[in-house]
Amino acid sequence: MTTVNTEPLLRVEDLKVRFYTLRGVVHALERVRFTLNRQETLGLAGETGCGKSVTARSVLRLIDPPGRIISGRILFEGRDLLTLDEATMRTIRGSQISMIMQEPKMSLNPVIRVGDQIAETLLIHERSLNRRTARARAVDMLAQLGIPDPARVARRYPHELSGGMAQRVMIAMMLVTRPKLLIADEPTSALDVTIQAQILELMKKLVREIETSVLMITHDLGVMAETCDRVAVMYAGEMVETGPVRSVLKNPQHPYTRGLLQTVPDKANPEHPLYSIRGNVPSLLQPPTGCRFAPRCEYAMQRCHEELPPYYHLEGDHQCACFLHAEKAEVARP
Amino acid sequence: MSTTRVIDKAEARRRRREARVQYLRDSFVLWRRNHLMVVGTAILVFLLLVAAFAPLIATHDPYAQTLADRLQPPSMQHFFGTDSLGRDIYSRVIYGSRVTLAIAFLVAVISTPLGMAIGVVSGYFGRATDEILMRLSDIFLAFPKLILAIAFAAALGPGVENAIVAIAVANWPSYARLARAETLAVRNNDYIQVIRSMGASNLRIMVGHITPMCLSSIIVRLSLDMGTIILTAAGLGFLGLGAQPPMPEWGLMVSDGRQFLVDQWWVSTLPGVAILIVVMGFNLVGDGIRDILDPHQRQS
Amino acid sequence: MQTSPQSRPPAQIRRPDAPPPREGASAADPLLRIRDLHVHFHIKEGVLRQHQATVKAVNALSLDLFAGDVFGLVGESGCGKTTLGRAVVGLAPVTAGEIRFKGRSIVGLEGRAAFERARAIQLIFQDPYASLHPRKTVCDLVGLGLKLHHLAEGYEIDERVLAMLERVGFSIDHMYRYAHEFSGGQRQRIALARALVLHPELLILDEPTSALDVSVQAQILNLLKELQREFRLTYLFISHDLGVVRYMSNRIGVMYLGSMVETGATADIFRQCQHPYTRVLLSSLPSLDPDAPHRGILLEGDPPTPVDPPPGCPFAPRCPEARDRCRSEKPVLAPRADIPTHLTACHFPHLG
Repeated sequence: MTTVNTEPLLRVEDLKVRFYTLRGVVHALERVRFTLNRQETLGLAGETGCGKSVTARSVLRLIDPPGRIISGRILFEGRDLLTLDEATMRTIRGSQISMIMQEPKMSLNPVIRVGDQIAETLLIHERSLNRRTARARAVDMLAQLGIPDPARVARRYPHELSGGMAQRVMIAMMLVTRPKLLIADEPTSALDVTIQAQILELMKKLVREIETSVLMITHDLGVMAETCDRVAVMYAGEMVETGPVRSVLKNPQHPYTRGLLQTVPDKANPEHPLYSIRGNVPSLLQPPTGCRFAPRCEYAMQRCHEELPPYYHLEGDHQCACFLHAEKAEVARP
Repeated sequence: MSTTRVIDKAEARRRRREARVQYLRDSFVLWRRNHLMVVGTAILVFLLLVAAFAPLIATHDPYAQTLADRLQPPSMQHFFGTDSLGRDIYSRVIYGSRVTLAIAFLVAVISTPLGMAIGVVSGYFGRATDEILMRLSDIFLAFPKLILAIAFAAALGPGVENAIVAIAVANWPSYARLARAETLAVRNNDYIQVIRSMGASNLRIMVGHITPMCLSSIIVRLSLDMGTIILTAAGLGFLGLGAQPPMPEWGLMVSDGRQFLVDQWWVSTLPGVAILIVVMGFNLVGDGIRDILDPHQRQS
Repeated sequence: MQTSPQSRPPAQIRRPDAPPPREGASAADPLLRIRDLHVHFHIKEGVLRQHQATVKAVNALSLDLFAGDVFGLVGESGCGKTTLGRAVVGLAPVTAGEIRFKGRSIVGLEGRAAFERARAIQLIFQDPYASLHPRKTVCDLVGLGLKLHHLAEGYEIDERVLAMLERVGFSIDHMYRYAHEFSGGQRQRIALARALVLHPELLILDEPTSALDVSVQAQILNLLKELQREFRLTYLFISHDLGVVRYMSNRIGVMYLGSMVETGATADIFRQCQHPYTRVLLSSLPSLDPDAPHRGILLEGDPPTPVDPPPGCPFAPRCPEARDRCRSEKPVLAPRADIPTHLTACHFPHLG
């Protein structure tokens, strides 16, 4: 590849986010930590409420009151995004870091033609362009996304498009500025399986061409297995395991990851009874002290209920926050 | 496997009560947060107390005329002064609160169920029923409410009872429209389909399941309308179509003082202030009540 | 309007592990028999309500469901599976065709007969956040059926409701609370309790776990399996997820654009699926092994809408193997190989 830049593109350190609601304080994120290298796709996996979307929005500094980022560092190309002022942040959003959301039709302005919406993204970040050039580039982008008759589609309104088409427009809008980091928040959850396959294939191709790094948020383990190089698993606001996708899926180290993998019907073992993790996700208003998974964990020790386990470094860039590894592994430095 | 589990009846009753108490407790918290609403509620409570304890608070008989003391300014004997027939205005305002409350209550009780029933039936059955009922309500809605009320009151003849009927008749179409809109919104929701698939009759669905969903917007609308209802009643009274002398109705009192507005301002103004305060109270409560009734506010 | 040829009824299936059928049905007759069902919605626009287009949500569909089956109905959005479920319980109007439950027609029922059907056939809705009345307590929600059908009075309703709630994992603490206090998985369990308290024979589940997380899905699916055994239920399990359908069902039917394109025993279909569309769906099953990624077959274009479908095979426009005959002649659902219970509607099926 090109210049060897081994500095990670994005490094999140001990991110803590709280929401101050009427019912109390929601401890949404607790010391979340992960790294995203250049031209890598990192999957952020976990179930509803685990904090994946909050993490994504924190990177873009889109956490509005009653939420607040309490502490931590978000280093993008070495700069801590949490220290920048809003004006600088705005130059970064959309041009260096873009985000695709789950429901494409809801993210597009219903009264503006889709081609114009893509063009607008360009015009915001490249002041020198004129409208005509921006529109032409928008049409080019649509063609790159495999949309037949892109000029005609560019003149349509969002409601005239199907789900798959709308998501393609979203992707066009977010990639037209060739960002360094693309955050994809459940990009295919709202789509049918056949369309999902198309969109994922498309995303992989474009990501390679534009040399973007991707933070892929999903609850679908199959999507993760197929698209990601590395995976970070979250549970109830905490990062429990990170590592290369092969490692984590074939050799999960955290009891939650293990449990999660067993709840999905697997192509290889279709008759195997589905394991369900007993208990329920804890309320983040009064999170348990110690490891948040401890109340449901079959390996829980006394220590697990009292202290938060540190991240232990296992072999091959595989990290796990669980006391089960206390004996054998060393604590990972941030 | 047995199909029943014995519950202690007392236990069941207790738990139901607990759930309701929790609901009220949450409502209280939401109420307390809205300061304007608290003020509005205070005003209405005050009105109720005044009406309830009128004989104890009033200083004179509201009907007693003392012509020698006519048009006296406010003083220690007559807190609000006297009117053109020497009656104590303060006592008349106090007793007038009863009349105001009665009018507000009765108009609500007549127009709201009528409007809701027509609206829900119209929205639920649609097509021909909807067309006919809505055209009927359109006829009523085509006229400004006050004009319509005046017309009905004039047709029915003077008197508070007729005024109440006239105002109710002018009011029901707004509630019908509102109920119909809510019904249309709710009618195709899954939870109504569920109930249909269980075999419930249309009547049961309308009364037991759709009407509760309309209630909150109707209550909000009614609270906000209260002010207008009272003003309409006062207007009718002012025009001589509603309450008749010597009844201490506030609108009538304002009308009585018309000729003396410049020199003996207290005859019209003080009952007018009473109207102002009560209407404001209803408006403040109406604004705040929506938040309390909205189930989304309670989501944990 | 074209009439499509009658499809031949599927032959009987012997299921040695099926529970004994309930009284009133013989082992040979299907519990639910759908023949040539059409559910069409006419779009009328304009002042004179002129007919503009017809949405053929369900188009000449036939299906047999035997007591004790878990029949998985698979398809993507627009295929008509939800409409089919609704038509069976009377929430969608049937344009033509027949639906027979235990031999008796249940199409266009009114009044008393519709009421009776409700006791025997229940539908679980897809969106747990929309299917529970926001102003009713859990006890009211679950006990509604009992009250309507006069199966219990007063506190007996509460008692029966509690028994069922405990069966699905709740306690008396939850009984008098409101729906908004519960999560998606819990709501689906409440919906299940609501349907089961009437002891129906047939339960139609419309994507019951699509809106839920995988771990909650696992809980619900396991619960469904237990309940089926315990209450001797028959399920029509509607889903877009083949993996889940494979886990739950003993028989599968694949729908595309309102028609059934392939149906048969789960094992048969997974061993040798015959219809090109089924092959595409199967290839899209995710593999959790990054060393053996699945090679999904990519289709061109978007799933079509059921408005005025073209003549011929509904899948022809997107089928990678379509030929001329496919575009003009609609294939019949019939056995194409030697297994009489494995039926496919394709002129050129894959036969191993």
